Amino acid sequence: MSGFFEKSDLSRNEAENIISETLQKCDDGELYLENSKSESILLDDNKIKNSNYTSDLGFGFRAISDEIVAYSHSNEISKNSLKQSSDNLKSTLKSAKGTYNHAIPKSNKKYYDNINPIEQKSLNEKIKILNDVNEYIRSKNNDVKQVTANFLGEQKSIEIIRSGGETLSDVRPLIRFNVSVMLEKNGRKETGVYGIGGRQSYDSYLKEDNWKNVCDEALRIASVNLESKPAPAGEMKVVLGPGWPAILIHEAVGHGLEGDFNRKKTSAFHNLMGQKVASEGVTIVDDGTIDNRRGSLTIDDEGTPTEKTVLIENGVLKNFMQDRLNARLMNTRSTGSGRRENYRHVVLPRMRNTMMLSGKQTQEEMIKSVDKGIFAVSFGGGQVDITSGKFVFNCTEAYEIINGKIGSPIKGATLIGDGPSILKEVSMVGNDMMLDPGIGTCGKAGQGVPVGVAQPSILINKMTVGGTKL
Amino acid sequence: MVKDQEFLEKKALYCLGLAKKMGATQSSVVVNNSISETVNFRNKKLDESNRSDDLGINITTYIGKKKSSISSSNLLNDNLNTLIEKCVETTKNTPEDEFNSLPDKDLLAKTIKDLNLFDDTHVENDQKINYLKKLEASASDDKRIINTESSFSENKSNFILANSDGFCNGYKTSSFTASSVTVAKDEKSMERDYEYTNKCFLKDLDDAEELGKLAATQTIRKLSPKKIGSEKISVIFDKRIAKGMLSTFASAISASAVSRGTSFLKDKINQNIFSKRINIIDKPDILKGLGSRYFDSEGVKTETLKLVDQGTLKHYLIDTYNGKKLNLKSNGRCGGTSNLYFDNGNISFKDLLNLNSKSIYITETIGHGSNIVTGDYSVGATGFLVEQGEFKYPINEITIAGNFKDMFKNIILANDLEFKYATNSPTMMIDGMVVAGK
Repeated sequence: MSGFFEKSDLSRNEAENIISETLQKCDDGELYLENSKSESILLDDNKIKNSNYTSDLGFGFRAISDEIVAYSHSNEISKNSLKQSSDNLKSTLKSAKGTYNHAIPKSNKKYYDNINPIEQKSLNEKIKILNDVNEYIRSKNNDVKQVTANFLGEQKSIEIIRSGGETLSDVRPLIRFNVSVMLEKNGRKETGVYGIGGRQSYDSYLKEDNWKNVCDEALRIASVNLESKPAPAGEMKVVLGPGWPAILIHEAVGHGLEGDFNRKKTSAFHNLMGQKVASEGVTIVDDGTIDNRRGSLTIDDEGTPTEKTVLIENGVLKNFMQDRLNARLMNTRSTGSGRRENYRHVVLPRMRNTMMLSGKQTQEEMIKSVDKGIFAVSFGGGQVDITSGKFVFNCTEAYEIINGKIGSPIKGATLIGDGPSILKEVSMVGNDMMLDPGIGTCGKAGQGVPVGVAQPSILINKMTVGGTKL
Repeated sequence: MVKDQEFLEKKALYCLGLAKKMGATQSSVVVNNSISETVNFRNKKLDESNRSDDLGINITTYIGKKKSSISSSNLLNDNLNTLIEKCVETTKNTPEDEFNSLPDKDLLAKTIKDLNLFDDTHVENDQKINYLKKLEASASDDKRIINTESSFSENKSNFILANSDGFCNGYKTSSFTASSVTVAKDEKSMERDYEYTNKCFLKDLDDAEELGKLAATQTIRKLSPKKIGSEKISVIFDKRIAKGMLSTFASAISASAVSRGTSFLKDKINQNIFSKRINIIDKPDILKGLGSRYFDSEGVKTETLKLVDQGTLKHYLIDTYNGKKLNLKSNGRCGGTSNLYFDNGNISFKDLLNLNSKSIYITETIGHGSNIVTGDYSVGATGFLVEQGEFKYPINEITIAGNFKDMFKNIILANDLEFKYATNSPTMMIDGMVVAGK
């Protein structure tokens, strides 16, 4: 347990009393304490450009009465500060008359080790790897004009104190290693980006010369893009590669299945529970329990153990992702999906590792079946309008398909589709499910949280490709 | 109340002193405090109240040409001692970079004229609730509106920036924001849109009823959209989207992107990148301006810059580090632009709609489709089909694409500039973009 009260004039006992007193007539709520340490080291333009260390400490105090959430946060863990927050919550919830729900499920399972990745490799070692990365990439290709590489390491310790003093805690490691390469040839510039990461130590991810694979991949993508021609414009068939392209699933259906939007009936999915929303053979889960993955959590930010939640089973909508507030208001249980970026933010139902499971077909079969279309291998990012259901994502590596064969690489283009109908357009599901390399951050209501995605290759019958070639 | 100047200054000077004692040859520090109080409504009822009190410190230490930084939200001297010691230690172990340094002393801001950036008014929660009640009543007037979410937020900030060359200055700012997001539904579709107002001074905020009504109107008109075919067409960008073109332009002329060679506008100084009709200005000293500032994030004085004069690029946005790399002096743009805007064009909004017999009017784009290295642009879009100057019907699930190098040359601006955000554009038309739809 972290010593949140060690250097404070506020004792644990006093804090527990203030919490219980504040939440007396509330339906739910808690004090969330967080201590995070993070480090980033950046190599850019042949130099170590930045090394930054951040230590962040604070609390967020939440009280919920019926549908109303009152929240107050501060950096100062002191008697005065907690009392001020308590007064603030009480003034919002003057007329609260609920009964506190003490029930919270328990589990002893852990999905990552209690380590501080920052301390497990010295600064000099990290600087050396970054310099080696720079030299390696520049020596491999004469067209390299820019290399950017960085390490991000973090350890976040959290503690949740509920009314009555029940305490839940977790220590979460997280690392990320990223490489970006820019090539210039005949006056044309293109970039390639690749990264890896997860809830583990640097050594487990960067064994010996593993970092070279990351460099090779960034360089390969940049080289492919250097040869790319304008992307087509219009509706066509799209084959998505396995792994990271699953951000399609994240944007197209994931967000629309989060509890808050469905309670408020603002999601295009809110009235589709139990109905067929995808082709047969399409099963999608949101799983917080995969060891060491970026989106995995031992407990969520309300203290609920995470789980593997089936969202869509063989085409049929089965579950939404829930935090405690939305679960209570929708008469269901929390799926351990309550997350927040940090103590400054309220909890929202969020995704963890969102995955489409494998089917039976091969990627080869899919490509062979397409007369005119595109094969998208990697994406930069995506976005969705929950209400209209329209979503986009941006290709960073894609090829045209002509008469069943992969043709030239095409320039980055945005693909746009309709969430509730896109999964009905999935006509083949591959047997090659793959997890992403561990680099995803999902944004919602101004909060970024680490997430993962996974999928096999899939064939989509019809999507609009936003190129420039008519 | 936000922490006063005296408290922040004391912390800042304590850190500078400590850094020096521990072996830093130079150092700089920023201490800031911001307090914000927000009330959210949903469907005419209180939904959430949120109070945040954020204290933060950021310290950069130099040993010769070596540099490192730390940041923390814990300002207890005990913690600062540990962190500064760690920072100096890390600095020692970080390789030298010849361009690392504090800003030139003669560029630091000296005189400060009052720009009226702080309104001391405190809005009690009950007042916020009253505003939101009026707003939501007006937003939900039409029965097609099935969900309303609105928010009223009051923010007060204060900061001190100090460095070992003797610079020590800071000031308070305030902002008041109200927003309304509405969802409308008919048999065929469900759509969402929004409107908001953000001002330095409370009394300048837009009227609650007007705001709610506008959000609702903008949402209802999007109902039952159609998808159009793929074609080359003129695209008109609503002001709230047009300002994004300026943000992309600003990223592409930042000294950092230029010195790294990762901008499509590298080496374009004194060249025509827009048509002769276009002027772009960055003006830091607008009274009550949302992007106004007295100095940049390194303490360097800021002056108005005409970034683009009759189509010609005149300045990059230069900070100390990247300036030294490019052999240019900082022009006080560390941290980016201030109040950035296009000068008005010379035709009215109505005439702009009438310039072509057929065009599309874009009110929202989604996706991160701007590539600053190549200038390629491709985003998802929502809007309206315009024929003979009239809005015909809403359209969605389309993309618009082009390359900024061509798009910039083809920009035509209306004469309806307003200062609603920190970055502002009149309504904009760009000919010859490719729309992908059916």
